[in-house]
Amino acid sequence: METPEKFPRISRRVLLKWFATATTAMTMGDMASISFGFTPTPGKEVPKGYGQDPDLSQYYNPGDFWPLTLTPEQRKTVTALADLILPEDHLGPAASAVRVPDFIDEWVSAPYPDQMDDAKVVIPGLKWLEDESKKRFKKDFSSLNEKQKRAICDDICWPPDAKPEFKQAANFFSRFRNIAVGAYYGTPEGWKAIGYEGNVPLMSFDGPPQEVLDKLGVTQTVK
Amino acid sequence: MPIITSDQVQPEYDVAIVGSGAGGGQMAYTLTQAGFKCVMLESGRSYNPDTETAMFQRNDQGPLGSVSTPEKMFGFWDATVNGGWSVPGEPYTQASNKEEEQFWWWRARMMGGRTNHWGRISLRNGEYDFKPYSRDGLGFDWPIGYKDVKDYYTKVEMLIGVYGTNEGLENTPDSPKGVLLPAPKGRAAELYSQKHGKKLGIPIIPIHRAVLTKTLDADNIPKKLHPKNKRAQKILAEAMRGRAACFWATPCGRGCNIRANYQSTTVHLPPALATGNLDIIPDAHVREVLIGKDGKATGVLFINKKNRSEGRVKAKIVVLAASSGETVRIMLNTKNAQSPNGLANSSGLVGKYIMDTVGASVGGHVPALENLPPHNEDGAGGSHFYAPWWLYKEQHAGKLNFARGYHIEMGGSRGMPGGRNPVPSDFVKGAYGTKFKEEARRYYGSFVGYSCRGEMIPNEGSFAEIDPTVKDDYGVPVLRWHWKWSDHELNMAVHAAQTFSALIEAMGGTVRSKKVKTGHDIIEPGGKIIHEVGGALMGADPKKSVCNKWNQTWDVKNLFLCDGTPFPSNADKNPTLTIMALAWRAADHIIEEARKGNI
Repeated sequence: METPEKFPRISRRVLLKWFATATTAMTMGDMASISFGFTPTPGKEVPKGYGQDPDLSQYYNPGDFWPLTLTPEQRKTVTALADLILPEDHLGPAASAVRVPDFIDEWVSAPYPDQMDDAKVVIPGLKWLEDESKKRFKKDFSSLNEKQKRAICDDICWPPDAKPEFKQAANFFSRFRNIAVGAYYGTPEGWKAIGYEGNVPLMSFDGPPQEVLDKLGVTQTVK
Repeated sequence: MPIITSDQVQPEYDVAIVGSGAGGGQMAYTLTQAGFKCVMLESGRSYNPDTETAMFQRNDQGPLGSVSTPEKMFGFWDATVNGGWSVPGEPYTQASNKEEEQFWWWRARMMGGRTNHWGRISLRNGEYDFKPYSRDGLGFDWPIGYKDVKDYYTKVEMLIGVYGTNEGLENTPDSPKGVLLPAPKGRAAELYSQKHGKKLGIPIIPIHRAVLTKTLDADNIPKKLHPKNKRAQKILAEAMRGRAACFWATPCGRGCNIRANYQSTTVHLPPALATGNLDIIPDAHVREVLIGKDGKATGVLFINKKNRSEGRVKAKIVVLAASSGETVRIMLNTKNAQSPNGLANSSGLVGKYIMDTVGASVGGHVPALENLPPHNEDGAGGSHFYAPWWLYKEQHAGKLNFARGYHIEMGGSRGMPGGRNPVPSDFVKGAYGTKFKEEARRYYGSFVGYSCRGEMIPNEGSFAEIDPTVKDDYGVPVLRWHWKWSDHELNMAVHAAQTFSALIEAMGGTVRSKKVKTGHDIIEPGGKIIHEVGGALMGADPKKSVCNKWNQTWDVKNLFLCDGTPFPSNADKNPTLTIMALAWRAADHIIEEARKGNI
């Protein structure tokens, strides 16, 4: 890959994202305590993307704010890998059925530092995956059967366990998985898969159901 | 009278109000109900929460899964317009290159300012909070006490609607019976924290937030708030009937188009406009206060951001409520023969002693919360529980190495996913395929986090001044920031980290944040909590303060500062409710003094 990154650096960065996720989930409403995956530069001009005053009264699709840049070949690889990570099963549809590849294209084409940093790993990573696929099986990644796909991905799915020659590819896999699952769980199908039941208006908020209280050994203290 | 452009300005007003947020909104509300003709200037654009609020948009319906970006720091659907720690065309500078000496200044260039996205946490300062110097010899006492503000807290709570409970805890004032709206039920992680907090002596109780958990009593509250003013009663009753109760969905930070939570644009400004006594000029970037020969304020000078022309409004009284940083900037940019160092600055203290809140967070994973049966925990769009500061006695006995308190904010809900990986990679390791999906479902909702919101003591090293060379795109000289934490804040952050770790462990969980050796490892940058107050402190001595106890500047009798600027201390209680209470109190004073012919 052209953009070598040592694992420890990734590790810190991934760590930041864990915090971002955990803290975002925990602080709905308290706007001050969110962590970011990037370092803000207070008082300085920020990169231009959708601007600081986008129209919030509507919905958007990938490609609405900046052009999508993946080639059709890259999209094929993206789709195959995303569907391997998030297949159709008892928990819901496959990634490609809920437009995860579009989202990944939007992400790696975005003008912000965090996403540009990911693109520097993901784009060469896609190429590595194709090269490796041809090397091992003489086929495009998307044409491999599941067993063949897994043979490659098992070597790169977790950076700490990856052999030295697979470290960079493993960094790619980690980032790709983060982006793909971030997209997947933002959809109604993803909500169902993970067990999120909100975003619907209710007449009253009754707190957790009794079986949850029982499981935790707590009682509702607000009457 | 309505939202106008700068060429529609009336020849003269009773009061010019700079800023449309919590302080400006309250000031406009109270004064216009009393018949004062007011003009409000807002540096940002006009904003209509009825049509512009993203209420049910999912994360997959915004770009990048709606994650935060440098242009929308709190995510795509956050209410903030043209705002953040960077604002287009409006830079600020830092005196130091060291990160820990820099201040992050958050602004929102929109009608209603930061009230459109704030956390709605509405806590009263207690008796101790007005007399900190008397208790520990640090910082400054306020020239007023809790008894002077108590009734105004009540009035504001009745006007905006605040949920919570009365718990009778030390320095954590109760509201009069019937004022608070019902507290929402505890969520799973909140109840679990509460149970285990008890073991550590941490009192986890319902928080107070400005969200309507039921509709306001429009038949009775207006009569109580405006006993002798039938017209105000009618206007307010109508405004209250236009606000729905929370329907338990969508985060408050997006704003609320059913008006269930407080934001200036849905609660203060509509009834103020309904009086016919208020003109609002958006895109009016105030550069300086106009001063007459007698040294009194005669109005303000602003740049019309649409065409960069200068405009003026004339007024008998000027109220600055533009945020600590912006109010200080306007005062220091107002220079003339009588006040070469800036307006109302004979003390030399304008810009000094700016404070933020001490922020520090620790996250953890709690196995007991794994695999819970799915259920809806959106709730009131923000926290339901918190822990007020609980170690007053230990602190007073000298057992702690910091002088002031912090409260604990907490979370751990099954919030709306999307955008980021919902599970930390070290939990799922190399999982992919159905295995990953099963792991995601198992761990979702099992992560908790606790945040310290603590009192910063004002110090000589934290202040703002005018940068000698840099101007914004409108030609207005910008602020240069200085920042310093003292050991009190740094030690508090360490204490908070240790407390949160102990709490997570008491819940059978594991701490997921790095180990903390010094406060610098964990304390958030100055300004990141967005509780900036101070810069023109109120006091009893004109030589040692900028304002008197009525938010009125000593030097310029018809100039009032009604944002956080006059705060002599920044209790852990989150400043917004106090800003509103003091603004209402100052407005009553203005009404009274004007009647007597003193202003």
